[in-house]
Amino acid sequence: MPKDSGIGAPSKRREDVRFLTGAGNYTDDINVAGQKYVVFLRSSVAHGNLNKVDTAAAAAMPGVVHIFTGDDFAEIGGLPCGWQIHSRDGEPMAEPPHPVLARGKVRHVGDPIAAVVADSVEQARDAAEAIELDIEELPAVVDMTDAISGNAAQVHEEAPNNLCYDWGFVEENRDATMEAFEGAHHVTTLELINNRLVANPMEPRVCIGDFNAPSGESTLYTTSQNPHVIRLLMGAFVLGIPEHKLRVIAPDVGGGFGAKIYHYAEEALCTFAAKTLKMPVKWTCDRSEAFISDAQGRDHKTKIELALDADGKFLAIRTETLANMGAYLSTFAPAVPTWLHGTLMAGTYTTPLIYCNVKAVFTNTLPVDAYRGAGRPEATYQLERVIDVAAREMGIDPVEIRRRNFIPADAYPYQTPVAVAYDTGDYHGTMDKLVEVADFAGFSARREASKAKGKLRGLGICSYIEACGIAPSALVGQLGARAGLFESCTVRVNAAGGVVVMTGSHSHGQGHETTFPQVVSEMLGMPEEMIEIVHGDTGRGPMGMGTYGSRSIAVGGAAMVRATEKIIAKATRIAAHLMEASHEDVEFKDGMFSVAGTDKQVDFGSVALSAYVPHNYPLETLEPGLEETAFYDPSNFTYPAGAYACEVEVDEDTGVVEIASFAAADDFGNIINPMIVDGQVHGGIGQGIGQALLENCVYDESGQLASGSFMDYAMPRADDLPMYTVDHSSITPCTHNPLGVKGCGEAGAIGSPPAVINAVVDALQSGGHNVTHLDMPASPDRVWAAIQAAK
Amino acid sequence: MYNFDYVKASSVADATAALGGDAQAISGGQTLIPTLKARLGQPSSLVDLSGVAEMSGITAGDGSVTIGGAVTHHAVSESGDVPASVAALAAGIGDPAVRHRGTIGGSVANNDPSACYPSACLGLGATIHTSGGDVAADDYFQGMFDTALGEGQIVTGVTFPTPAKANYQKFVQPASRFALVGVFVSQMADGYVRVAVTGASESGVFRWSDAETALAGNFSADVVPAAPSADGMIADLHGSAAYRAHLISVMTKRAVAAC
Ligand SMILES: Cc1cc2nc3c(=O)[nH]c(=O)nc-3n(C[C@H](O)[C@H](O)[C@H](O)COP(=O)(O)OP(=O)(O)OC[C@H]3O[C@@H](n4cnc5c(N)ncnc54)[C@H](O)[C@@H]3O)c2cc1C
Repeated sequence: MPKDSGIGAPSKRREDVRFLTGAGNYTDDINVAGQKYVVFLRSSVAHGNLNKVDTAAAAAMPGVVHIFTGDDFAEIGGLPCGWQIHSRDGEPMAEPPHPVLARGKVRHVGDPIAAVVADSVEQARDAAEAIELDIEELPAVVDMTDAISGNAAQVHEEAPNNLCYDWGFVEENRDATMEAFEGAHHVTTLELINNRLVANPMEPRVCIGDFNAPSGESTLYTTSQNPHVIRLLMGAFVLGIPEHKLRVIAPDVGGGFGAKIYHYAEEALCTFAAKTLKMPVKWTCDRSEAFISDAQGRDHKTKIELALDADGKFLAIRTETLANMGAYLSTFAPAVPTWLHGTLMAGTYTTPLIYCNVKAVFTNTLPVDAYRGAGRPEATYQLERVIDVAAREMGIDPVEIRRRNFIPADAYPYQTPVAVAYDTGDYHGTMDKLVEVADFAGFSARREASKAKGKLRGLGICSYIEACGIAPSALVGQLGARAGLFESCTVRVNAAGGVVVMTGSHSHGQGHETTFPQVVSEMLGMPEEMIEIVHGDTGRGPMGMGTYGSRSIAVGGAAMVRATEKIIAKATRIAAHLMEASHEDVEFKDGMFSVAGTDKQVDFGSVALSAYVPHNYPLETLEPGLEETAFYDPSNFTYPAGAYACEVEVDEDTGVVEIASFAAADDFGNIINPMIVDGQVHGGIGQGIGQALLENCVYDESGQLASGSFMDYAMPRADDLPMYTVDHSSITPCTHNPLGVKGCGEAGAIGSPPAVINAVVDALQSGGHNVTHLDMPASPDRVWAAIQAAK
Repeated sequence: MYNFDYVKASSVADATAALGGDAQAISGGQTLIPTLKARLGQPSSLVDLSGVAEMSGITAGDGSVTIGGAVTHHAVSESGDVPASVAALAAGIGDPAVRHRGTIGGSVANNDPSACYPSACLGLGATIHTSGGDVAADDYFQGMFDTALGEGQIVTGVTFPTPAKANYQKFVQPASRFALVGVFVSQMADGYVRVAVTGASESGVFRWSDAETALAGNFSADVVPAAPSADGMIADLHGSAAYRAHLISVMTKRAVAAC
C-alpha cells in the first residue's frame, strides 16, 4: 500500500497550483516603484579591438538616465571564477579577467559593451542603437583544434595559444596505463564530439537592482539557482558590498538546468547601477538575447581508447579531450571537464587503470559551464559508446560485456582508480531490472515488426553512474573549489505549531516545496500542510550553496533532517519537564511525547506553545523558543547509478530516427516522492534525447551563432519524445547521509544520450550499414549521410 | 520595435491607397511581427488587411475554389470546399496559434523559400489575385522572397483548380518545422501532372519537370526519377544540398503514392 503522506508518498506538487494557474511570482513579475530599464549593447562581432565607445549622442536621447561602459568598472573587480585547476606541470590555469562590460576588446558575439538605463525599454533600446562604436574586427577562433594549433587568433594575452590548462588525471597512473595498452589483446579507439548545447530554461534571465539609501542596503532580485552564492561572489569579489548590506532574492525561477548557477555580468551591473544612480533598475532578457548571453553547455572533443583482454575485461582507459571554455571562464567552468568528468571515468566498472588528459581551450564563443549533468554526461557518453563499439568488434553482447566488468555488489565501499570511492551500488541489480522492464526478450519480435513497416529497429543500452550530492567541502577544496559545498537549514516551529523550514537549497522546478515538508512531516508526525518551505532569499534564510549537481535532498535535505533532529531533542526536554519525567524516559512517536511505561503524554503542539509561552518551563536549563539551525557537510558524494535502454526506428530513406521506447532502471537510494522522481527522470531523459537527436549549438567560422534562435536550434517537443518506462525500485541506500538518498535530478540527462546513439548504430548495423559511430545530434541529414558514407 | 502608425483597411482600395512609401501591409503578423520586434524593419505605418471584406471567405466555384487573401490557415484547414490536399497542407503549418493568425495572402506574398503554400499554388497551377490583377502561379513566384507583386500591391486571394488527385508531403526542418523539403504533386482530370518543390532550392519554389514528364506517362511512384542535381540546392545546418536533392525524390514518391 503506498503511503498517502510523508516519506515515500506521491504527494501532489503543491507549488503547481500557482504555477499552473499563472500565479507564480517570477522575477519579471516584480516591479519596484520608480524602476528604470536596462538594455545592453552587445558585440555583434566575435572578436575585435574596441577602439571607441562614444555615448555622448545616445546619452542625450529622450528618457535616458545614464549609460555605463567598461570604463565605469575600471576600478572594480571582474567576474570571479569559482574553481582553480592546475595543469600537469603544476602551473595554475590561465585565468584572464572577465570584465562586467568589455574594455579594449570584445571576445564573443553578445559580449556586453554598454548598459543604457532609461525610463522605458524602448528608449533604452533607441539609445543603445545610437551609441557609436569603433570596433576593429579581428579574425575569430571557433574550432578548438585550430585554437591550440599555434596559428590562431589569441583570445586573451594571458592565455598563450588559447590554452586555459592541460590537466592530467590520474597523473601517477599515466605510465602504467600506457603500458597496459602495449600488451592488450584488443584496443578500441573512438573519436567523438559531445555537442554544445543551449540550456534554454523556459524563463529567460531577469535581474532587478534596488538600493535603499537610508539603510545602505542593496537588493538584487535575480533568476538564480543559488542566491547566497551570488551574494558571496558579487558582494565580495566584484562590488565590494558586505553581505549584511546585500540581499539577493531568487523568487520563483522557471527552470535553470545549470545556466542559472553562475554569477553573470547583468547581475553585477544592475546592482551597481541601482547603487550608483540611487534608483531601482530592471533588465529582462528575451529569448534572442539569452542565446548570446547565457552560459552554454558541453562542447568536448574526445579521443577515447579502451584496452581489453581476450575475455572482454577492461584493462585500461585513456582519453584525450579538448574542452571549450568559450571566451571567458564562467563561474564553475574549469571544474566541469576535470573533476566532474575525469572522476567518473571508471563508470560502473572495475577498470584498474585510467588516464585522462583534458586541455581546456579559449575560443571566441559564449562561455561554457555546467549544464544538467555537467561533466558526467560527457564521461558517460564516451565510456558507454566505446564499450558498445568494443563489444561489437569483439562479438560480445553489449549486456554481457558490461556484466563482465561491473563492480560486484559485495565490493563496497569501492575505491576507483579515479579518486572517488563509491559507497554503495548494485549494477547487476539495475541491469536485471532493465532487462525485465524493457522486455529485452521481446526485442527480436519488435525488430521484425519494424522491418515489416520498412524501418530498421535498434536497441541501445547504457549503464551510468554519477557523483551527486555535491559535496564534501574538504574534498572539493583539495580539488580546487574556492567555495565550501555544505548546506544549511533552519527549522522554526511557531507558537501555534506550524513549521517553517528555511533551506539553502533552491527550487526551480524540482518540487522542494512538496518533498521537503514530506520529510519533516514524517519526522514530526504532523500533516504536510503544516509545514512551509522558505528558500531563495538571503534575507529570510541562513547560508546556502544552492541547487545543482543533484544536491538538494542529499545535502540540503540532510541539513533539514539534522535541524529537525535538534528540534525533536529540545522538544523532548520541554515535554519531559511538562510531564515531570526525565527526558531519557520520553519517547516521541507520531507527534506525541509519552513517558515509557506510564499513560502520561503531551502532544507536539502543546510543547511548541509552551516553548513560546514559557509559564511552566525549565528556564534554568533551556532557552525558550523552538528554532534550530544545522549545517551539513557530507563525507562523500552520492553515487546514483542505473541502466537505460532505448529502442529506435530508423527510416533509411530519410535518415529520420524515431524513439520507439525508452526504459530507465535507476538506483537513487531511498525515494521521498516517487511521482516527483518520475518527473525528474522524464525531464532528464527529454533533455538527453534532445542532445542525442536534435539540439546543436553551432558557430560559423567568423564566430556568428548560426543556431541563434528556435528557428535553427531544435528543442525537443512533446511529440519528439516517447512514453517512458521508469523504474526506481532498485535501492541501495546511501550509507553516509541520514535519509539514505542519492539524488535524481541529472540521471536522465546523463544516461540517455549514449543509449540513444547506441540504438541508432545498432539499427543501422542491423540494416547492413557498417556505421561505427555517429556524432550527436543524430539528425536525419547526418544519419542519411552516414548510411551513404558506409556504402 | 520602432513606432509606427496603424491603419485598419476595410477594402482593397483603402489598403492600396494607404500603402506606398514606407507603409507595409500586415495580415496575420506571424512573419512580420517577429521581424519588427527584432528591429529588422521600420515601416512608417502598418496597413492591416484582416478586415478587408473582399479578402475574406472561401468561395467554391465550378471546378475551382477561391480563398480570400485574409483567410487564416486554420480556416483553410477546416474547410470542406478546398481540395483535401490544400486543407491538409494548411493543417500542417506551424502550431495552432500560428494557424489562427497566419494567412494565405501573407504566406504567398512573403514567398519564404521554406513555406508550404507556394508549393500548393505552383503544384495546382493556381491563380494569384492581386490588387494589380491576376497572375498565374507559374509567373508569380520569382525566387526566394521574390514575387510578381509590384510596389504597394497586395495579394487579395488565390484560386485553386480542383485536381483529380493531389498530395503534399512535408519533410520538416527539425527546429522551425517549416519545410526542409516539401513536395506538392497533382494530377488534373485531363491527366496534366504538376510537381512543385519548396524548401530545397536557392531559387525558391520550383517545378520538377523531370518528375512531371515521367509521371505524365505513368502516374506511379515507381517512375519518379532519382534525386535531381544538387546544384543550386540550399545547404544549411539542417541538411546538405545533396540531402535535400535526395529528399525531393523520396517526398515526391511518397506524395504520388499517397494520391
Ligand atoms: C512558429 C511559426 C511556424 C511557422 N511554420 C510554418 C510552416 O510550417 N509553413 C509555412 O508555410 N509557414 C509557416 N509559418 C509562417 C506562417 O505561415 C505565416 O503566417 C505566413 O508566412 C505569413 O502570413 P501572415 O498572414 O502572418 O503575414 P504577415 O506576417 O502579416 O506578413 C508577412 C509579409 O507579407 C506581407 N503581407 C501580408 N499580407 C499581405 C498581402 N495580403 N499582400 C501583400 N503582402 C502581404 C507583409 O507586409 C509582410 O512583409 C510559421 C510561422 C511561425 C511564427
